[in-house]
Amino acid sequence: MWFFEKYTSPFKLGKLGIMGMNQRNVSYIGRYNPRSLYPLVDNKLKTKRIAVDAGVTVPKLIGTIQHQHEVTKIAEMVKEWPGFCIKPARGSGGKGILVIMRHADGLYYKPNGSSCTTNDLERHITNILAGLFSLGGKPDFVLVEDLIMFDDVFDGYSYEGVPDTRVIIFKGFPVMAMMRLSTASSDGKANLHQGAVGVGLCLRTGKALRAVQYNSPMRYHPDTGRDLYELQVPHWEKLLNLSAACYEMSGLGYIGTDIVLDKKRGPLLLELNARPGLSIQIANGAGLLPRVRKIEKMADTDIKRMSVAERVKYAMDNFGVLQP
Amino acid sequence: MVSRRPFYIVVALLYIIGLALVAYRHLAFNVPLWPGEYRNVWSAEAKVEFDANGGPVIASLAVPDTQEGFTRVGENTASPGYGLSFVTKDGVARAEWSISSATGHQELYYRADMLSDPYAKALPTTIPPIDKSLEKQPIAFAINQILTAAKSRSADAFTLTREIVKEFQIQAQNAALLEQNKKPAYLLVEILNQADIPARVVRALNLEDGRRRQRLVDYVQVFNGDKYDLFDPVTGVQGRPDNLLLWEYNSVPLLDVTGASKSQVSFSIIKKMVPVSKALQAKFEHTELLNFSVDMLPVEEQALFKGILLIPIGVMVVVFLRIICGLRTSGTFMPVLIAVAFLQTQLLTGLLGFLSIVGVGLVIRSWLSKLNLLLVARISAIIITVICIIGGLSVLTYKLGITQGMKITFFPMIILSWTIERMSILWEEEGPKEVFKQGGGSLLVAIMAYLAMNNGLIQHLTFNFLGLQLIIMATVLLMGNYTGYRLSELKRFKPLADELHKK
Repeated sequence: MWFFEKYTSPFKLGKLGIMGMNQRNVSYIGRYNPRSLYPLVDNKLKTKRIAVDAGVTVPKLIGTIQHQHEVTKIAEMVKEWPGFCIKPARGSGGKGILVIMRHADGLYYKPNGSSCTTNDLERHITNILAGLFSLGGKPDFVLVEDLIMFDDVFDGYSYEGVPDTRVIIFKGFPVMAMMRLSTASSDGKANLHQGAVGVGLCLRTGKALRAVQYNSPMRYHPDTGRDLYELQVPHWEKLLNLSAACYEMSGLGYIGTDIVLDKKRGPLLLELNARPGLSIQIANGAGLLPRVRKIEKMADTDIKRMSVAERVKYAMDNFGVLQP
Repeated sequence: MVSRRPFYIVVALLYIIGLALVAYRHLAFNVPLWPGEYRNVWSAEAKVEFDANGGPVIASLAVPDTQEGFTRVGENTASPGYGLSFVTKDGVARAEWSISSATGHQELYYRADMLSDPYAKALPTTIPPIDKSLEKQPIAFAINQILTAAKSRSADAFTLTREIVKEFQIQAQNAALLEQNKKPAYLLVEILNQADIPARVVRALNLEDGRRRQRLVDYVQVFNGDKYDLFDPVTGVQGRPDNLLLWEYNSVPLLDVTGASKSQVSFSIIKKMVPVSKALQAKFEHTELLNFSVDMLPVEEQALFKGILLIPIGVMVVVFLRIICGLRTSGTFMPVLIAVAFLQTQLLTGLLGFLSIVGVGLVIRSWLSKLNLLLVARISAIIITVICIIGGLSVLTYKLGITQGMKITFFPMIILSWTIERMSILWEEEGPKEVFKQGGGSLLVAIMAYLAMNNGLIQHLTFNFLGLQLIIMATVLLMGNYTGYRLSELKRFKPLADELHKK
């Protein structure tokens, strides 16, 4: 029957421990993320501040633009910086992020080679200030950040975009991780629903487990042809430690951390997400529920006694898939 | 972890209170659960005729009020040239016509619309005084004979009344003597008074569809303590027959005319079938009953509420489609507002109007985007553009003779403008495919919400049963607590599930 060919049964999904959107919203986000802490993660400038205070490395801030009359300053602000990135402080889902690789003679070049003028940059910034990309259309402000020079190990894995690592942190424990690689069809963006490739990562080793694009498994990057199964994230334990430290830093029980690997500075926290998506399960070929339930069974006092490194160790031992 | 118990208690309470309110309204006020039910409304018209003497005339007619079995839902008079007022004399309402001079045959009309209503309020009644002034012999003797015989076989006022009527048939001679003198109803009252039983003659109309030139018939109201019952003075049958409307029930003259002669009243009756909603509206228009319903509001506000009370239905549809089915829409409740507009415009006109406005708006917006304006100013420009489009389309369709087109003015313009803005951004960022996906999703949800809100049964229920709002509230709360999979996720995770299952 048509219906059974396209749809699976909820019992099957439940048995496999796959988390659904409603369960995520009610049982995890609603229960473990206090509403009052949202501004910390929804506002990237605030996230940056608490991250710096907590000793978590973040991309360098070139400057901020908070008022309309400052918009024309943008050219002056980035003069000394070859590449930069313009972001709304309260954007979500990668909306409103403009990446400029280099600029010359008043022309700014995007990763795909197309150019834009100072006027275009100003219009983009004006849109951000008016709240076009922010949640609920609230007035926003602009962050201008240094471009991340991503680690050479990712050469060929990502097309026209920064590959980032998404780790789900539950009560301070890393529970699942994936790498998000942009493709031509995702237009340099790292969101899976826009066509980016998701590579599930083994929590013990940081090695690729499987790769998917648009929900279906694949082996080679569609644009560069690299074998995605060869991927291994360097500085893996350091990266997990950085992610896990975001629990204390933000106070949120269920978060997604987006981390990039800079050539010189190592893992940098790009942003926190209080409502991380569920595609990570598809990328990993595993459900989140068995892992979060395992942590939910642990006593809160036990968790409090554990250090960040101990929690990462626990996650590596319990949720790792490959042998070292 | 926060306990979920209070939540479930609140939900259960909402369901219980909501259902109780619905049941109460259904049982106590006879509001049907199904639309399209009809109620009988009897239009009883009294025709007053007299020959005027040429001078001033005052004609006063007893008029019926809400009573057991019937609710008066309207009254009407036709009396060209006459002044009319409804006056209250000794606590009894009467219609009173007056004119300074009239000559010749005159006809005045009074019509009462009585709704058949088993839940109508009973009339307020006073117990009539007992008049024991005895008739002369031999009438007093005949009365006594009948009374004595009847008394021996009776236990209370009601049984006595029946026995007296029976005794009329037995003592035919006495009866004939008495009936020379008085009409049976008055005679019965007199005999009952002799036995210290309060009673009075009331005048009633047998409601029968299409009858003309009817007369009122006499009934006797007999009191037993503070209860009373009606008796047919000729047959002795106890109780109020169906379709018997009491017209005059206060022992006052039915018609009182001064300045004229040969006055008389006759009645004609028609039965009308009226939809329940209309009947209820008429019924509750003038009541001070403590009953939570919209029927008591003025008609204009009722129409407004009719729309407002439907919004929770649309909202519930959106909640269902988003939480259970996982449909995506642009703007959470935009579809509901569009659906409300569809209610005014009808679906096809609404869809065409919506698509043309958004389409034209998107074209103009793409030009605006080149101007590098501030967002608020740009949206404002779009709002004005939308208004211009709506105005233009209205004029155009009117010229073409399509009056339906005028109805697109019902669209919420600010919402439309924001929709155009969002779609335009979406177009720039994610391409036209995503625009059609989200726009189509929104329209689909809007159409579903429209179909639910346009449903006759649902409109009837939401309008007549405010308790339903609590039930909807509880349902929405329950859905908000739903942690199961969405329909869309069953599809999304299907490849994953299949793969994991194979392993």
